[in-house]
Amino acid sequence: MAEVALHKVVKKYGEVEAVRAIDLDIPDNEFVVLVGPSGCGKSTTLRMIAGLEEITSGNIMIDGEVVNDLPPKDRDIAMVFQNYALYPHMTAFENMSFGLKLRKLPKEEIRQRVEHAARILDITELLDRRPKALSGGQRQRVAMGRAIVRNPKVFLFDEPLSNLDAKLRVQMRTEIKRVHQKVKTTTVYVTHDQVEAMTLADRVVVMNGGRIEQIGTPQDLYHKPATRFVAGFIGSPAMNFIPCRLEQAGNDLRVRVSDTIALPVPSSLAPRYKGLAGKEMLLGLRPEHITEPRHNGAGEPNQFSVTLDVVEPMGMETMVFFTINDTEFCGRVEPKSAVDAGATIRLQAGMDHMHIIDPASGAVL
Amino acid sequence: MSAPAITMPATGAVKKGVSLRQSRRWALIASYVFLVMFAIFFLLPPYYMIVTAFKSDAEMARLATNPWLIVDGATLDQFKILLTQTDFLIFFKNTVIVTVCVVAITMVVSVLAAFSLGRMQFWGSSLLATGIFLTYLVPDTLLFIPMFQIVKSIGLLNSYWGMVLVYPTLTVPFCTWIMIGYFQSIPKELDEAALIDGAGHLQMLLKIFIPVALPGIIAATIFAFTVSWAAFVYPMAFLYSSDQQVLTVGTVTSLIRGDVYKWGMLMAGALLAAAPPLVIYAFLMDYYIAGLTAGATKG
Repeated sequence: MAEVALHKVVKKYGEVEAVRAIDLDIPDNEFVVLVGPSGCGKSTTLRMIAGLEEITSGNIMIDGEVVNDLPPKDRDIAMVFQNYALYPHMTAFENMSFGLKLRKLPKEEIRQRVEHAARILDITELLDRRPKALSGGQRQRVAMGRAIVRNPKVFLFDEPLSNLDAKLRVQMRTEIKRVHQKVKTTTVYVTHDQVEAMTLADRVVVMNGGRIEQIGTPQDLYHKPATRFVAGFIGSPAMNFIPCRLEQAGNDLRVRVSDTIALPVPSSLAPRYKGLAGKEMLLGLRPEHITEPRHNGAGEPNQFSVTLDVVEPMGMETMVFFTINDTEFCGRVEPKSAVDAGATIRLQAGMDHMHIIDPASGAVL
Repeated sequence: MSAPAITMPATGAVKKGVSLRQSRRWALIASYVFLVMFAIFFLLPPYYMIVTAFKSDAEMARLATNPWLIVDGATLDQFKILLTQTDFLIFFKNTVIVTVCVVAITMVVSVLAAFSLGRMQFWGSSLLATGIFLTYLVPDTLLFIPMFQIVKSIGLLNSYWGMVLVYPTLTVPFCTWIMIGYFQSIPKELDEAALIDGAGHLQMLLKIFIPVALPGIIAATIFAFTVSWAAFVYPMAFLYSSDQQVLTVGTVTSLIRGDVYKWGMLMAGALLAAAPPLVIYAFLMDYYIAGLTAGATKG
C-alpha cells in the first residue's frame, strides 16, 4: 500500500518523445486506469513505474521514495502482463511462489500465501497444473495470483484482458474489481479499452501523444470532457462532432447546424456561450442525446427530420446513422420504434447535454 | 432453362471435390515412392555393415556367397577379436572422454554466449552474433594447418586433450547460433516477470531460460555430440599414437594395414561406434518436447 507520484516524467527513444513531462499523483489504495490509443505512452508510463524502462528525466516516487534508479525487484511492485508471462515449466503453485522463494521466505509462509491468493481467485484446484493445461482465463488468474502473493505496495496491470475473448473479458473485469475490493492496494492499470477504464477505475487518466489529456472520475470524463479528444475517446459509440455556428436570435442563442436546423441553447447554458455568437464551432452531442422525441411537435426547435442511412439494432437499443451537410451523425432510439434504413424519422437533440468545442484548440468550452 | 442452371454449379462442386481428393492421393503416392527410395538408399550401408559384422572371415573370403546375406550363420567372432586383440577399447574410452568434455565446454560457453547475445541488448551484440556464425563457415579442412601450429605450440600434439581444445571451435559457433534463436523466441515478458519477481540475470538464466529453452539446448547438445564423436580431419592430423587415438581414425588406421582390409572387424567397430549416437538420439528425441513453451504466453 503506497502512494505513487510521477513528476515531470519524460521518456525519449532517440529523438522521439514517447512520454512528455507528465505529472500524476496516485493516492494510497486508488485504482487508476491509464487509457488511450496505441502509441499514446500509457504502457511506457507503466513500465517506467515498474522499472522496466529507464526514465529520461523527471522523478517517479513510490511511498515518498524516489525510485528512478531502483531495479524492479527493489520497488516492491507486482505486474500482470498482457500475455500472462507465466513460466511454462512451472506449475501454477511454483509460478505463484517463485518470487517468494527468491526472497527466501519460509516454506510454510509461502504455502499459506499461495493458498490464500488461490482462494481469493478461486484457483485452488489448479495449483498443480502447468500453464499449458490452463485456459486463458485461468492463466490470467494465476498471473494475478503471482502478483497478489507478493503483497506488493503497487499492482501494475498491462492490458491484462486484451488476449481474452469478449465474454471472458467481462468476467475477468468483474474479477479484477472484486480482487481490488478484497486486497486494497494501489493499482495502476493500462488499457486501450475505454469500457474497461470506465468500469474499473476510481480515476481515469486519458493519454494522447505522450501527454495526459485529462484526469478524472469516469463520470467526470463522460459528462465533462476537457478536450475534443477525451470527448471522442470516452463513450461508445463516440460523441458526434458537428460543425456549427452560434447565432444570437433576440435573447436566445442558437446552434446552426444546417440551413434548416438551428438548435436552441438552453437558457442555463446560454450565458456561458454568449460570447461565441457568430463564431464557427463544433457541437458535441452524444448519440444517446439524439433520440426520438417524447412528444412529437413540429414546432419544437430542438427537433428535426432526417432520412436514415444505416440502422443497427443492438437489442436493448437501436443505433441510427444519418447525414446532415456531409457530416455523419449517430443517434439512439428505442428498439420498439423499429425503423429501416431509408425511412424518414423525427429526432430530438438533448441540448442540455451539449458541448461546444473550439475547433482550433480542441478545448471543450 | 432453369434445370441446367441448377445442375451446373452442383456438378462443378462435385468435380472440384473429386479432383482435390485425387490430387491428395497422387501427392501421397509420390511422397511414399520417394520416401521409400530415400529410406532404401540410406539404410543399405548400415544394413551391409550389420550383415558383414556378424559374418566369419571364412564366409567373407568365399567370393561365391551373396554379400547381402549371412549364409554360414551369424557369429560374434569379429567383435571378440576387436575387443580383445586390438586397441578398440582405448579408442572408445578416448572418444568418450573427448566427447563428454567437448559437449560440456560447448554447452557452458554457448549457453552463456547465446543468453548474452540473444537477450541482453548491448552495443555490437547483433554484429557479434553474426561474427560468431561466420566463424562456423570456415571449413575445418582449411583450419587444421594453423590449428596444428597452435596445438603444437601449447604441447598438446598427439594428445586427445588437444581435441578437447580444438573441437569447440567447430561446435561453439553453431550451438551458440542455434541457441540465440531459441532464446530470442522466448517472450520478453518472461524475463520482465522474472526481474519483477526479484531474479538476477544468473537466476533468470538457470531457473527460467535453460528449462524453457530445453529443446534448443538438446538440439545443440546433439549437434556438439555428433561433431566430436564423428570428427575425422583433426584427429587424423593431430594424433598418431594408438593410446591417444579416437574411434573414427583409430579403427581405420589399426584395421587397414597396407592393402589388407579387415572388413569384419572394421564393420564390427563401425557398428559399435555407431551405437552410442543411436542410443543418445533415440533417448533425447523423446525429450525433444516441442510443446514445452506452450502456455507461457497466449497461443
